[in-house]
Amino acid sequence: MNNLIIGPIIIPIIIGLVLVVCRNSLGLHRFLSLLATVLIGLAAVLLLEQIRTGGMQILNLGGWEAPLGITLVADMFAVLLVLVTALIAFCCLWYACSSIGMGRERHYFYPLCLFLIAGVNGSFLTGDIFNLFVCFEVMLVASYVLISLGGTKIQLRESIKYVLINMISSFLFLVALAYLYAITGTLNLAHLSIRVAQSGQGGLMTVVALLFLTVFSLKAALFLFYWLPGSYSAPPTAIAAIFAALLTKVGVYAIVRLFSLVFYHDLGATHLFIGALAAASMVLGAMGAVAYDDIKKIITYNVVISIGFILAGFASFSLVGMRGMVYYLLHDMIVKALLFLSGGTVIHLTGTAKIREVSGLIRLHPQLGWMFFIAALSVSGIPPLSGFIGKVFITTGVFQSAYYWLGGIGLFTSLMVLYSVMKIFMNVFWGHTNLTEETEKGTTQGLLPPIVVLTALTIALGLGAEGIHEYVDLAVEGLLNPNLYTDAVLAQNGK
Amino acid sequence: MKRPNDVILRTVTKVAVVIILTFSIHLFISGHHYPGGGFIGGLAFTAAITLLFLVYGIDTIRKNISVDFKAVAAIGVLISVLTGVGGMMAGKPFLNQTSGPVDLPLLGDTMLATAVLFDVGVALAVIGTALTIIMSIGDDH
Repeated sequence: MNNLIIGPIIIPIIIGLVLVVCRNSLGLHRFLSLLATVLIGLAAVLLLEQIRTGGMQILNLGGWEAPLGITLVADMFAVLLVLVTALIAFCCLWYACSSIGMGRERHYFYPLCLFLIAGVNGSFLTGDIFNLFVCFEVMLVASYVLISLGGTKIQLRESIKYVLINMISSFLFLVALAYLYAITGTLNLAHLSIRVAQSGQGGLMTVVALLFLTVFSLKAALFLFYWLPGSYSAPPTAIAAIFAALLTKVGVYAIVRLFSLVFYHDLGATHLFIGALAAASMVLGAMGAVAYDDIKKIITYNVVISIGFILAGFASFSLVGMRGMVYYLLHDMIVKALLFLSGGTVIHLTGTAKIREVSGLIRLHPQLGWMFFIAALSVSGIPPLSGFIGKVFITTGVFQSAYYWLGGIGLFTSLMVLYSVMKIFMNVFWGHTNLTEETEKGTTQGLLPPIVVLTALTIALGLGAEGIHEYVDLAVEGLLNPNLYTDAVLAQNGK
Repeated sequence: MKRPNDVILRTVTKVAVVIILTFSIHLFISGHHYPGGGFIGGLAFTAAITLLFLVYGIDTIRKNISVDFKAVAAIGVLISVLTGVGGMMAGKPFLNQTSGPVDLPLLGDTMLATAVLFDVGVALAVIGTALTIIMSIGDDH
């Protein structure tokens, strides 16, 4: 029993609710919501140390023991993601403080973000698949409001698509859960793992697994990403950054968790299929990123490419590939937030997202320009930045597992990523300066510090990759050895 | 707009609202052992207020019950979460509950349970949410 695990879930909920009650003091909203993310980060750091020294941490809610009650499981993988979530949320909320505007702030922007974070953390930490569904819904309901908050025309148009696609996938999620429960008679992930291992993963179980894969692919934008570029370019920058950095990653997390803990007996069917979907989303995402000349479109298509790349690492299902997957997932969350915030700042300054209409911005905003440059290098995996180490490990892992086509596509699309972000940099920041300080649509006041923090993080994660090596390895060990997870959850009560 | 002749509706409402409110409290309390509980009690309570809205108009009721129902919902959830935290304070897992006999004045030996506090939160959350929805839809003319 370790009550600290509930911290990352109830801290944002409690503070969010207090903020709903104290609706009118916006200063308090800003301060407390930033404080909440700091507290989540602290809880995650404490948990990391406890897991490093004492193994996985378990909390049976209300004292109901697994597999009857709802269990929260903090393993290294989940807690690393919670920590990065806290860091990103801190930066995005900080950015929002000076960019989101009074109207949205008054209409519960900060509480909604906190509820979204609670849902994200809940999804990472839960050890019960039905509870995973609930946490997904908490996160999605908050995101429905955030995407339409403000009610501009484009937001309303895109939010209909977004809500509809997520309703459908939630419905499918519930259907898949019903099948799974009918077959195995349990919803606890550890218990499921044991039952599926005992009875063998037959054809029926693989079909259920693929139904789950469809659901999470919709959420993670793995191949089924057609809703994503529109939806993620509609809301204001801070919200889009939170969405891009966190929401799709929760889908990725769900795929990784489920297909490493429960459905890992038929790699030829499920994991090869994941690999094929990953390849398809990398190729299609790269086409989108190269084709458009709209900043928002280019970076949203980059989200799709990176999801494909992360899951390519997972599909290899080898030690090295998984290690790369963890590194790259952490890197990608940070760098996508960075890319969205810096890209959004450019749009905020120039009033347009078309890269052909702007040039020479670096003379007016050198800091922003160079930070965008670092983000661009990092996202395409140039050493010594954070993307490199993950990319090396994933590529090695994929080749080791003899998925040469997948590794080849991964490397080729990396070039496309580099081309697409450099296209933004060269067009927007280089060249003849066609703007003056007077004709700019906005200022960078208060917008740069969060971007600086994220840039520092991506550099630190690149240079300090060795430093978090121990944690990443523990995470991979937990993912590749399902019995560690099931023992931690079930053995504690002598079953 | 011509006011409809609704003497019967108004008269019945005055009696019915009291009955519904009493019944909602009954549902709430019996929920510990029998069908009922915070959710259903809260919905029945909302039904009573909705009836008042229909008969006397939203503006009249809002003048008399000047509560921000969004805040009511938030306070409700807050109470529920904090009862969970209460279990943590006692060194037990989050959401742990306890119950036991307490000797109260007048009532004598009474069984009290912390789960009821949780249910109070649920009831407030349901009332706040449902009334916020009804009021924001009803106001839209």
